[in-house]
Amino acid sequence: MVGRLRAVLLGALGVLLVAALWDLYKAFGPEQGVLVGERTLILPRATDLAMPHTWEMVQRLFEPATGLEGAPTAFEAVLEASGFTLAIAARGWLVGVTVGLLLALLMTRFKLAESGLLPWIVLSQTVPLIAIAPLVRRWGAQIEFGSFTWENQHSVALIAAYLAFFPVSIGALRGLKSPARTHVELMHTYGVGWWRTLLTLRLPASVPFLLPALRLAAASAVIGSVVAEVSIGLRGGIGRMVVEYAQSAGGDPAKAWAPIFGAVAVGLVAAGAVGLLTVALRPFRLTETSR
Amino acid sequence: MTPTDTEPDTAPEQRAPQAAAIEVVGVDRVFRRRRDEVVALSDVSVSVAAGEFVSLIGPSGCGKSTLLRLVADLDSPTAGAISVFGKTTRQARRDQDYGIAFQQAGLLPWRTVASNIELPLKLHGVGAGERRARSAELLELVGLQDFGRHHPDQLSGGMQQRVAIARALAESPRLLLMDEPFGALDEITRERMQNELVRICRETSAAVLFVTHSIPEAVFLSDRVVVMSPRPGRIVDVVTAGGAGMGTSHDRTDEVRDAAEFFHTVAAVREHLHGAPVDGTRGVENR
Repeated sequence: MVGRLRAVLLGALGVLLVAALWDLYKAFGPEQGVLVGERTLILPRATDLAMPHTWEMVQRLFEPATGLEGAPTAFEAVLEASGFTLAIAARGWLVGVTVGLLLALLMTRFKLAESGLLPWIVLSQTVPLIAIAPLVRRWGAQIEFGSFTWENQHSVALIAAYLAFFPVSIGALRGLKSPARTHVELMHTYGVGWWRTLLTLRLPASVPFLLPALRLAAASAVIGSVVAEVSIGLRGGIGRMVVEYAQSAGGDPAKAWAPIFGAVAVGLVAAGAVGLLTVALRPFRLTETSR
Repeated sequence: MTPTDTEPDTAPEQRAPQAAAIEVVGVDRVFRRRRDEVVALSDVSVSVAAGEFVSLIGPSGCGKSTLLRLVADLDSPTAGAISVFGKTTRQARRDQDYGIAFQQAGLLPWRTVASNIELPLKLHGVGAGERRARSAELLELVGLQDFGRHHPDQLSGGMQQRVAIARALAESPRLLLMDEPFGALDEITRERMQNELVRICRETSAAVLFVTHSIPEAVFLSDRVVVMSPRPGRIVDVVTAGGAGMGTSHDRTDEVRDAAEFFHTVAAVREHLHGAPVDGTRGVENR
């Protein structure tokens, strides 16, 4: 319990330190930043436009988002957008994790599948998101069965899944193949088949590899959602909001930071949710000690 | 070719006649890797009677582990035949006729000691109540009754190995296959484990095929010691351990380690291992 409290305090201290560093630089840093040669800026400008005070950023959160009558505060607007993006990222995470696990199972089961699929899986992550986002949107627009029509947010979730499946497939593959030969042979002597071996041995053994992969996948899903919202032009989410608020940065520099805080919060919540999963799977986290 | 052992009755006691626990006849095992051919076993024949303790000993590469893996149906012979209680090795494996223990304990780290022991029972559909009773019984047999709820990482190497032996005994097999189970243990723990194994074999009257590279260990535990040599792996000779001061494999106590007969047998095994008579002045060192 003391350890938990300590961790929370240290975390809060870290945030305060970053804020203090920001304002110290703003107070003492050169107005025009530090230039090397004519053009290369190595330290940022300390103007109000480039670096608003941290307290202004926080203050701005609780002022109305727009000049319209009855507009919600920036905080409320960001909260709503964050929820929207988080929901999409969660869907993308679920799809990505499912696909990643299935791919890992397939590659564990068939050697041929591993040699055939693994290069493509790695290659898939080298394709720039901005290139595939419009493609996904265009292809999606042609999908229609029954009452279901493909919406832009499905495209965003798909792109989130596209990023999220990668760490899961790689991590799960390593985990599923981690049992020692002794263990695998023991299962063989028990006369149990591949599926029983999977459930009794391979899946539990994969947990220590899977947990960091799931966490990475959560972070990837959030990044994927935010970036894809921008590329696809989906309204309502935090990604689009970052762009919109940045446009008003000229007159209202603190406002641009509100959705950035939102994006950070979404990432933290996503990582935290996976952390809960970690707690549930704790019994399987015991590392390989009996050798 | 070296003589092989098929003596019909080398079992230490007068046991009721029944199918031999293991019958290996003319087995070859050749590993082919690309163009290389490695003859791991060449024309090996050996039998283990029910309740008998037989050790395989030899330098590394003599195929002793390969032979055990063939009996366990973890590998198939290139030529020859192996039967376990009169069945094919595959059938014997499916019928759970043997329990097996390796050099590594191979316990599942996320399962408690008790549920590691219960694993084979669980996989074969034994009910929870019966499983618990059996694991309690086995924990007592290997002297770990207070450790059922511990996880393997909380146990020492010797204790883990005892759990592995308990697991191998879970389904009351009539045959135990052991591949250097004490190989990773220190000498003191090792001798204690040997004493325990003698007791366990006496109480369960299971036959044992035991792979080791320690001469005193083989002699202390066995009714017969099968001496093997490498390239190609084959049986050099079979040394019978027993007689005055040693008794059968079930009678061994710490006194046996000091018996004259024990030293003679150790010397005999060593002689076969080195392929030539060892001169008498060399004495017998304990390992």
